[in-house]
Amino acid sequence: MISANLSAVFYLISGILFILALRGLSSPDTSRQGNYFGIAGMVIAIVVTFLSVGSFSASLAYVIFFLVIGGAIGAFIAFKIPMTAMPELVAGFHSLVGLAAVFVAIAAYLNPEAFNLGVIGNIKLASLIEMSIGAAVGAITFSGSIIAFLKLRGIMSGSPITFSGQHFLNLILGIAIFVLIFYLCKSQSANIFWTLITISFLVGILLIIPIGGADMPVVISMLNSYSGWAAAGIGFTLENTALIITGALVGSSGAILSYIMCKAMNRSFISVILGGFGADNSSDSTKEKTDQKPVKSGNAEDAAFLMKNASSVIIVPGYGMAVAQAQHALREMVDKLKKNDIKVTYAIHPVAGRMPGHMNVLLAEANVPYDEVFELEDINNDFANSDVAFVIGANDVTNPVAKTDPKSPIFGMPVLDVEKCKSVLFVKRSLSPGYAGVDNELFYRDNTLMLFADAKKMTEDIVKNLD
Amino acid sequence: MEIDPFIFRLSIFILSIFIGYYVVWSVTPSLHTPLMSVTNAISSVIIVGAIIAALAGSSDSVFSTSSIFGFTAIILAAVNIFGGFLVTQRMLQMYKKKKGKK
Repeated sequence: MISANLSAVFYLISGILFILALRGLSSPDTSRQGNYFGIAGMVIAIVVTFLSVGSFSASLAYVIFFLVIGGAIGAFIAFKIPMTAMPELVAGFHSLVGLAAVFVAIAAYLNPEAFNLGVIGNIKLASLIEMSIGAAVGAITFSGSIIAFLKLRGIMSGSPITFSGQHFLNLILGIAIFVLIFYLCKSQSANIFWTLITISFLVGILLIIPIGGADMPVVISMLNSYSGWAAAGIGFTLENTALIITGALVGSSGAILSYIMCKAMNRSFISVILGGFGADNSSDSTKEKTDQKPVKSGNAEDAAFLMKNASSVIIVPGYGMAVAQAQHALREMVDKLKKNDIKVTYAIHPVAGRMPGHMNVLLAEANVPYDEVFELEDINNDFANSDVAFVIGANDVTNPVAKTDPKSPIFGMPVLDVEKCKSVLFVKRSLSPGYAGVDNELFYRDNTLMLFADAKKMTEDIVKNLD
Repeated sequence: MEIDPFIFRLSIFILSIFIGYYVVWSVTPSLHTPLMSVTNAISSVIIVGAIIAALAGSSDSVFSTSSIFGFTAIILAAVNIFGGFLVTQRMLQMYKKKKGKK
């Protein structure tokens, strides 16, 4: 048994270690060390909790037992999961944090003495508010993440689900949460507590179903943020510094990522949350255009010829590359090109893929050195001086319409200037518009050669033709 | 007059938000995915609450309603802690390999 003051000091230390864990991610070189700091912080927090409770009864054995079970499941998932499945894994993990927050809040509500919060029916007012906020945000995080998980996994359609009165319903439920918390404080009634949690689960579902697949980077970041705020709410309840610091860190981290993602799409956070984007795509005008305009299409041989004779190539990967698992074939192709003294770099749009940094991880998996991979603003000027842009699985993020047509829904979104390259190779299955439902003008440019095929197969064919 | 301890905790919270703000902006965009998985792992420090709830039962009744919620939360958080840190490690390892090859 250690004193409350001493354990508070240790919780502070573990909070600081968590800050260092995030700090480490400022560069790939320090990132692994950062992760060790994070692990150390977690070990300290858990050990101190055991020591501060101090009653080593039969319960302890069970705690360790369940800890090991959970840990084994987690470790198994971590080693087995393919890198392309990272978005849904992260969404799944968010849901676990959310549910854990709900359960801890429930446990605290049912047994307030264990947490020093008063007695049943007479919980300290501040604690009651804190735990109900923690429970509500946790429940929203849980059900929202489950929906995000199902959409990312493809179990549920990625297209937005909307119905009339949806926003009004959400508003009512949102207000209901606050009203319920107010009455919970007045009456301490268990029924209100359960209703609060149920409604919060519902809000989480309703919040995410209208949001479409390509807005997922924002959704995942947002849920990341929520899981942090839920943890912070519980941290206040438990008067635990480690939890408060972590909650604040995670909360602001997720919020910043959401901001970066929204900015990269030139959309406001509100419009993403309201959802429905890309629901009614392919307007008539788009279809007409597709019929009228001539498109140059080629095969792997043409592409290989073009690239062989280039002196610099920029690769633009997108979600399609992840779906086709083409990153390894791509790396092989790049190796061949490099042998011919062709300079190859990668250009990554912030919202390429389904989560922040998605493409970077896939390229890292395929052993692409990270100093060949550039972000939008660092590489965009290079397109004008390059011979070939190889667009694989990306679409909307290359559409020049975003710069030229104020009427287009994606107008103003920062895009990669691929059309400035001498020639553009565009690997795609068909001419269908991208997620935003906007026809890509790039398809019909004179310097564009469309390669209609599966991304992986096409890349492999190009590799063969490069010999 | 004494200051309510809540104010101290609130101060820690607000200051941590600021720290988070500046630290996260300095994270390189190529590591945004590991950032998400590691924040996931550290937010599972919520396990401390779960442990307290689970250990609250007396030796003759290990499983009360509240401690069952605690035990379940321990499993959930443990999946996240191990899964989160290990998958982050796995990703960061890939960023290393390439450097070695260069």
